[in-house]
Amino acid sequence: MAQVSSISNEQSSTAKSIILKISRYNPEHDESSQFMEFNVKYEKWTTVLEAILDVKKHFDHSVAVRYSCRQATCGSCGMIINGKPRLACFTKISELDSNVVTVEPMNNFPVIRDLAVKFEKLFDSHQKIKPYLIRDDTELVSDEKEFLQTPEEVEQYIQFANCIKCGLCNSACPTMATDSSFVGPQALAQAYRYVADSRDKGKDSRLKIIDDSHGIWRCHFAGSCSQVCPKGVDPAMGIQLLRGYMLGFRS
Amino acid sequence: MRESTIMKIHYGTALAAVALVAVHILMRLTQGFADSLEYESVLANYKFIPYAIMLELILILLAVHGFNGLRVILIELKQGRIYEKAVSYGCLAAMIGLIAYGSRTIIMTNMGLV
Ligand code: HEM
Ligand code: SF4
Ligand code: FES
Repeated sequence: MAQVSSISNEQSSTAKSIILKISRYNPEHDESSQFMEFNVKYEKWTTVLEAILDVKKHFDHSVAVRYSCRQATCGSCGMIINGKPRLACFTKISELDSNVVTVEPMNNFPVIRDLAVKFEKLFDSHQKIKPYLIRDDTELVSDEKEFLQTPEEVEQYIQFANCIKCGLCNSACPTMATDSSFVGPQALAQAYRYVADSRDKGKDSRLKIIDDSHGIWRCHFAGSCSQVCPKGVDPAMGIQLLRGYMLGFRS
Repeated sequence: MRESTIMKIHYGTALAAVALVAVHILMRLTQGFADSLEYESVLANYKFIPYAIMLELILILLAVHGFNGLRVILIELKQGRIYEKAVSYGCLAAMIGLIAYGSRTIIMTNMGLV
């Protein structure tokens, strides 16, 4: 069903064009995915998400894609762009340096339709590691101050707090590809984020949760998660630091 | 057993095996590799008790490490409660079987049965 369509009436003089190949798949009635091709104009600043929205506007409104913020903040628009997991709103066509841009749904996630995938397992795993501060005196009484931290204490975890739950790391992880029960780099990095927070007292319970036959030990140091993370979280490092606690090198 | 305990054993057995296999290779060098597998030489080695104990230890370390490694590979390949139980107990049984079979050779030699 490959088709090539192009916009001819909206050309600007500086615009160049690429072929945008979009993976189309509806699990309810398609046996396998198929690519549809569109000829799309772009400027130096055009993002892949904008190109997909252009296709929706001008050629085929039924292309399914999830997005919201368009500024790498909400974590909705993760997809495989030219073979690599990236945020569509944070990837400019010009930086891909290719005349053909291929977009596919993220790996290791069930497809809802086309580019939209199910996030249930990602969110369940995230929730499982208790992504909040745990302490007995969580409820502050009126004359108490907030829990103060030194800049050094903030340094310990702040990088990991930048996670936007986009799932790109889980999509890149080779263990996730075969181990459907693996907790995944996103949740493990968040377990570290809270364990390393000086205000938190939930270390033991969190370490217990990830010390499972499909927990932290199923990471084999491939490091793909950190390569694709758009927010510089470095989940692979978080996992190794977390292992430090479990092997007794850190306390 | 906790997964962290199992993995500590996994890393520990690997490190200990590196040390013992190094000693094992050095011992073989004293004799020249070519002669190592001569029938009489193998028997003599098994009868030298400290060396036989070291070989037995390498057997145990690598059986534990190798079969736990196999368990890891298999539970990452496919999931399911019954399957994973079968993999765990299967690997444990194979580990014990291999150690028993290897030990039998060493013990029989020392008892003068071969
Ligand atoms: C003595 C040298 C050895 C060292 C230092 C060593 C070290 C390791 C380490 C660190 C792992 C964990 C890797 C990970 O979690 O990704 C591992 C896994 C494994 N090892 Fe070894 N090992 C050694 C010898 C052996 C031998 C001789 C065997 C076979 C009998 C073996 C079989 C395995 C298997 C099957 C795995 C699981 C695969 C994996 O997790 O990637 N190893 N080894
Ligand atoms: S760690 Fe990075 S790649 Fe993974 S979900 Fe968070 S922001 Fe996305
Ligand atoms: S649309 Fe929000 S991260 Fe891309």
